[in-house]
Amino acid sequence: MIGRDLLGIEDLDRSDIERILQTAEHMGEIGEREVKKVPTLRGRTLVNLFFEPSTRTQTSFEIAGKRLSADVVNFSPRSSSLTKAESILDTARTLDAMDPDAVVVRHAVAGVPKRIADVLEAPVINAGDGAHEHPTQALLDLFTVRREKGRIDGLTVTIVGDIVHSRVARSNIYGFLKMGAEVRLAAPPPMIPAAVETLGVKAFTSLREALDGADVVMALRIQNERFAGSYFPSVREYAATFGIDRATLRYAKDDAIVMHPGPVNRGVELSHDLADHRPSVILDQVRNGVSIRMAVLYLISGRLHRGGVA
Amino acid sequence: MSRLIGHGRPGILKGANAALLTPSRETDKGATLTQDEVQEKAPGEPRGARNGPRTILDETGIRRTLMRIAHEILERTEDPGLLYLVAIPNGGVPLAREIARNLRQIAGIDVAVGILDTTLYRDDLTTTAERPLLRLTEMPSAVDGRIVILVDDVVKTGRTIRAAMDALMDFGRPQVVQVVGLVDRGHRELPIKLDYVGKNVPTSPNENLRLRGDAGELRGRLELVLEPSDAADSDDSSRSARKGGGA
Repeated sequence: MIGRDLLGIEDLDRSDIERILQTAEHMGEIGEREVKKVPTLRGRTLVNLFFEPSTRTQTSFEIAGKRLSADVVNFSPRSSSLTKAESILDTARTLDAMDPDAVVVRHAVAGVPKRIADVLEAPVINAGDGAHEHPTQALLDLFTVRREKGRIDGLTVTIVGDIVHSRVARSNIYGFLKMGAEVRLAAPPPMIPAAVETLGVKAFTSLREALDGADVVMALRIQNERFAGSYFPSVREYAATFGIDRATLRYAKDDAIVMHPGPVNRGVELSHDLADHRPSVILDQVRNGVSIRMAVLYLISGRLHRGGVA
Repeated sequence: MSRLIGHGRPGILKGANAALLTPSRETDKGATLTQDEVQEKAPGEPRGARNGPRTILDETGIRRTLMRIAHEILERTEDPGLLYLVAIPNGGVPLAREIARNLRQIAGIDVAVGILDTTLYRDDLTTTAERPLLRLTEMPSAVDGRIVILVDDVVKTGRTIRAAMDALMDFGRPQVVQVVGLVDRGHRELPIKLDYVGKNVPTSPNENLRLRGDAGELRGRLELVLEPSDAADSDDSSRSARKGGGA
């Protein structure tokens, strides 16, 4: 059950997710207007607190906030995984003293948004914490799939790549399972978390088997600079075994769509051609991200007012 | 997790869902179109009973009224080609469609019908904790230079019309904006007047007037029903409590 914060998909139930998707459906229409702005959050302040740089997610939240007329402030303090929790919380408390109405937090360490939420007055939205969760990414992925396929229930979704380090994978596993999809994972064995099947997913080390009959193929970014040589022998070998191109896509359903949270390593996770053209829906994911974040800000900010009408 | 489930704060999403089950009294959108409610209430509570729901306009009455309004619109509009009917959901939608049908029948003109949700423009969003559900907005043609006629079922405080005008301006610059209200209840809180009124119905501010019928279509059991606000606010449990002799 969701409280006033949005820390992870794990905390949501199906009706919460459906309500967010439904709200996002209507938010998308605002982006098509002459004036792409509604006065809903006029006079409210949204702080983007990004300890880890992320142009895409931060920009998406910024546009979402501005379309709802919130004042958006970006704050990117320097911080590493070695920074003491106390100094992170100090930063958060300092911000809180300036009375923001919602704080979007990204940090390289899992659990930091939760720690910050515990000390803040303002609601906290997790924009990605370590390998834990990235709830708005999963919501926009669910939204994109539902728009493409008309449903999520009963679909087969294959997530390919670095599952073990991926907050996107974790949030999507929770999200797609809660919405009634079958979730499959495909990766080199070291990139599949131990005991992941207890979540209710099926893990494969053969891409071909994992793709068989899939409706949705979701490739994850490989951080090749960090992992080549340790988790897989070489980037070239990864691309040959787990890269998606039109040939491997033939194992999936004819109308399968291809997704990627971006940025794509072209020629590694996806072939150059797939990175830019249907059936990949990568730019739709980006566009839908704004609608989803508008929906989340709208729904979260309903609890913002202090001492309003009972 | 402690923050998520502790503190006694209701979940925002759940709470918001629950809020949908009871009509809002902050705005003048008293009317909703829920077929369930019609079926639920019709047998149990005889119309005309003291403090019970009372029909203000039945289906025939509504159709006649909308036909008259269509004639009035034509009478007052020099260039009907510029007309654009914009419905305020949910109640305005079947009404605007019926007016468009009438205009086609009387004058042979096809008038665009749009739907404009005013939720994100409401002036009470900062004071309501639960977020109202958004409704469809569908504006099939440009509003610039058009004679836009906003269509709502029940107009009371005028706040919804204010919100609709603000929303409309975000789509462009209409030449004229006019308002149709199937029912005018009075109790205005903003300087808004109706250009076309179906029926003036003096009501007490805490009564509720709702349009009943199939969502989106004017057929079958559509009627405007006046009911005491405690009845309108009730869900199943409080309704049965009242039957049991409650206040």
